[in-house]
Amino acid sequence: MVENRPLLTLWSHAVLIVGIALVAFPLYITFVASTHTLEEILKVPMPLLPGPHLWENYSQVLASGTTRGATAPVGQMMINSLVMALVIPLGKMAISVISAFAIVYFRFPLRNFFFWMIFVTLMLPVEVRIIPTFKVIADLGMLNSYAGLTIPLIASATATFLFRQFFMTIPDELAEAARVDGASPMRFFMDVLLPLSKTTMAALFVIQFIYGWNQYLWPLLITTDESMYTSVIGIKRMIVGGDALTEWHLVMATAILAMLPPALVVMLMQKWFVKGLVETEK
Amino acid sequence: MEKRVVFRSAWLPYALVAPQLAITLVFFFWPAGQAVWFSFLQQDAFGLNTEFVGLQNFEQLFGDEHYLKSFKITAVFSALVAFSGIAISLVLATAADRVIRGALAYKTLLIWPYAVAPAVAGVLWAFLFAPSVGIITFVLTKVGVQWNWVLQEDQAMTLVVIASVWKQISYNFLFFLAGLQSVPKSLIEAAAIDGAGPLRRFWTIVFPLLSPTTFFLLVVNIVYAFFETFGVIDATTQGGPAGATQILVYKVYHDGVKSADLGGSSTQSVVLMVIVIALTVAQFRFIERKVQY
Repeated sequence: MVENRPLLTLWSHAVLIVGIALVAFPLYITFVASTHTLEEILKVPMPLLPGPHLWENYSQVLASGTTRGATAPVGQMMINSLVMALVIPLGKMAISVISAFAIVYFRFPLRNFFFWMIFVTLMLPVEVRIIPTFKVIADLGMLNSYAGLTIPLIASATATFLFRQFFMTIPDELAEAARVDGASPMRFFMDVLLPLSKTTMAALFVIQFIYGWNQYLWPLLITTDESMYTSVIGIKRMIVGGDALTEWHLVMATAILAMLPPALVVMLMQKWFVKGLVETEK
Repeated sequence: MEKRVVFRSAWLPYALVAPQLAITLVFFFWPAGQAVWFSFLQQDAFGLNTEFVGLQNFEQLFGDEHYLKSFKITAVFSALVAFSGIAISLVLATAADRVIRGALAYKTLLIWPYAVAPAVAGVLWAFLFAPSVGIITFVLTKVGVQWNWVLQEDQAMTLVVIASVWKQISYNFLFFLAGLQSVPKSLIEAAAIDGAGPLRRFWTIVFPLLSPTTFFLLVVNIVYAFFETFGVIDATTQGGPAGATQILVYKVYHDGVKSADLGGSSTQSVVLMVIVIALTVAQFRFIERKVQY
């Protein structure tokens, strides 16, 4: 603070409060809608205070889903989302950390070529290769399976870069000492590199958890079986054209359920989240 | 940058890169190669015969007015998303940088939308703006606005822009806040002593120093608007009404999955790949030599 300007500080607080209110408004309305019956919501205007049907709506969607559109229980969809949100970050870290180790700590023919190959994947997001990737998954018989939902998404150039960058900052003396003491490369990797990488991994995990949980296009393409839907896909399928036909109270309860895990991860692990966000982008 | 101390092994490094390379080859290179290959082929109506047609698909694509319209829509959409997202976040970050009391609480309450899936963000806003039951629609009708994004093209665009920006604010906010906190306090103090007011200091010192962050966010937001907003659009307008919100990625999906036009969809994929490569190169050039004011 260079100078004391109480009015400006007041103004800053006001801007932030208005900003937070605008950002939170959709969430509030969603929550309110999830605690009423459909009849209440269809009245115009809908109620602006929470109603008494919270328990009823949430237990209905979790146990048996909606009656129109997607009819699978949301509990199952949440499990599918969780599988994606856990397998993708863990798989990504596992394959990235070893490939970064190879690229940083070994000299071997084709090293640069491999590095280049990994780098190029940055430029091929799922969105630009929708149809052919779908064909590959179909040919491999991986439609409607957890393997199909997760494996194609665990290759990632960003994670490999992040570990590579981090390994570069580790003093050479550590590797030298390990070699002098006769440690094998894998021993050095397990006992020195992995323990040092913990914070990088935590940061990466938070970002990738959200990435995995929020996947949309991919599960949309390869799941046709309702029991394999993720919660995000489930919400989309519950909306059946026409305002009055959609069971909004149940859709909104599902939306709250689908937002809760990643939002909690972001807010509770804020420190790792910010670190992960800033570092994976550089 | 290279390590001075390395390990030696004839087989170990290959074994270590193998899992990543295998997945990359099967799920990235093989499909991308197929997309390029299909873009040179033409399939007959029954999918029985394919023939090599060279660049004909590309000629057809760029002669197609629907595709050109989709290009224009994507440009408008990403410009709106990037500029409004960046402007709003900058205002919020500047305010958050100034306050001391409650800073952590403000930050926590502003970053959670990052965790919301684009498709869910779309559903939330579609509900608020729903033509018959939406609460905002109700208010708009009261003040005399005819609101129905299912039929009105501009309104559909407004809806997807709002939902996309809402989700992206927290991301921009965090980067601007980090950028603001690294502006040297001595510069601000010197300007204050010379009698420059807060607004003047912002425009002549802070904003120019933030230009690397702003440029970085501009690229990231354009990439976001191009690709990640697929969920927002699919959950709300599905490209409608009459293609008014059909961005390029949505068109690839629509033509390939819904209309099963393999050649056309692959050709569009190849065009998108070229765009991604251009954007990635822009981003990396920026990292190499930061944009200076």
